[in-house]
Amino acid sequence: MQSIGDALHLALQLVLSGNADLVEIVLLSVRVSITASVLALIIGLPIGALVAVARFPGRSVVLVVMNALMGLPPVVVGLLVYLHLSRSGPLGFLGLLYTPTAMIIAQTILITPIVAALSRQLIEDLHAEYAPLFRSLCLTRLQTMRALLWDARYSLITVALAGFGRAVAEVGAVIIVGGNIDHLTRVMTTAIALETSKGELALALALGMILLVLALVVNGAVQAVRLGAQRQAYV
Amino acid sequence: MSRGQNGLFMRDVTLRFGQATVLRGLNLALPSSGCTMIMGANGAGKSKLLQLMHGLIAPSTGTVCWGDTPAVQATRRQAMVFQKPVLLRRSVAANIEFVLNARGQSRHLCQHWLDHVGLAHKARQPARLLSGGEAQRLALARALATQPDVLFLDEPTASLDPASVLAIEDIVHQAKDAGTRIIFISHDIGQARRMADEVVFLAGGEAVEHTPAQQFFNHPRSTAARNYLDGKIVV
Repeated sequence: MQSIGDALHLALQLVLSGNADLVEIVLLSVRVSITASVLALIIGLPIGALVAVARFPGRSVVLVVMNALMGLPPVVVGLLVYLHLSRSGPLGFLGLLYTPTAMIIAQTILITPIVAALSRQLIEDLHAEYAPLFRSLCLTRLQTMRALLWDARYSLITVALAGFGRAVAEVGAVIIVGGNIDHLTRVMTTAIALETSKGELALALALGMILLVLALVVNGAVQAVRLGAQRQAYV
Repeated sequence: MSRGQNGLFMRDVTLRFGQATVLRGLNLALPSSGCTMIMGANGAGKSKLLQLMHGLIAPSTGTVCWGDTPAVQATRRQAMVFQKPVLLRRSVAANIEFVLNARGQSRHLCQHWLDHVGLAHKARQPARLLSGGEAQRLALARALATQPDVLFLDEPTASLDPASVLAIEDIVHQAKDAGTRIIFISHDIGQARRMADEVVFLAGGEAVEHTPAQQFFNHPRSTAARNYLDGKIVV
């Protein structure tokens, strides 16, 4: 077990030297999380927009379910994905278990409800403002959804950020379906968990630092975009 | 003459929201051309009447038709400008292009409508940064871009400065001269005198007068209208 001071020193050395293992883990984390976020946006935004503009029996139940799904336990999602992708599962023939694709699937399932529920609220608020105009113009539901998604684009960046943040920080599901295999499915969070359990704090701390910097950079970029949009009164 | 739009017929129209009766026993026949001014105190039901005429809401009882066509089926050939303009979070030009696109018209017409309302020099500016008068002119241009048979105006010049009011009135006059049927709500008696061919005066949810403008302003029949024109408080 290293002292915190020693671990920090080694961690900084690892980061500054561009350690190949470290870079590989970071790149895989980013690739998996961005892919899952994009897929969740593709699935979740239309769902959010549809529920925001549609009025149908049982809508309030759908809203409760959507909101509840935001708190999906990652290990439960991981287990369900594992059961489906394992050799004896219905999708076992695809051979996806313990691959980055399995991790993307698990993360997509986890963050799609977040994207859908948060975007639904944003779009519904915007729709309340636009509804008289859209009714007067006799827009179809599809035209309405497209217009709202476009006009809410800067606010929806925050939703995308929330999804990415959940994905990149997630550990329970990806460790079950990815297996934390070195050079194949090891991502930042699973590596931190493993290295900490081994008492090898340097790599864990280095990854932790990168994770924090990544979060800061992404948040900073989003904030800059939103400020620009606010100046144009587009938010 | 109006462009193919028949006159409006309202028969025994009542509008209720829960226990509250907003409009009662309305029987109106409006001609197919000209400018009808709807006047009355706040809460008299003017905006709801406009929405009924535009087909945005259905009456609780009675019928509202443009010629033989129920109002709810005539909405697409009409346009409405609201007291508080609903502007999309886009540029000035994109606001007009949006309705042109929704109506399957060429985007090249955008420049014509920008020139028409004197906003060509602001085409690329964010619409929501326009002044009150400019915003209302954009809303008017967007409504006219749909080439409506009927243009509904719900207090479009409320809280605007005199120059902006005159600019709006000029555009509305041009639309009327081009054959667009105008139905206008205003509290401004001077404006009503300048614009109206006939006046419908509402009090307590009932149309207490429907007369040619000159007759209304010179010889109002009802006590409520006389008090209103004399500047006395009408409840």
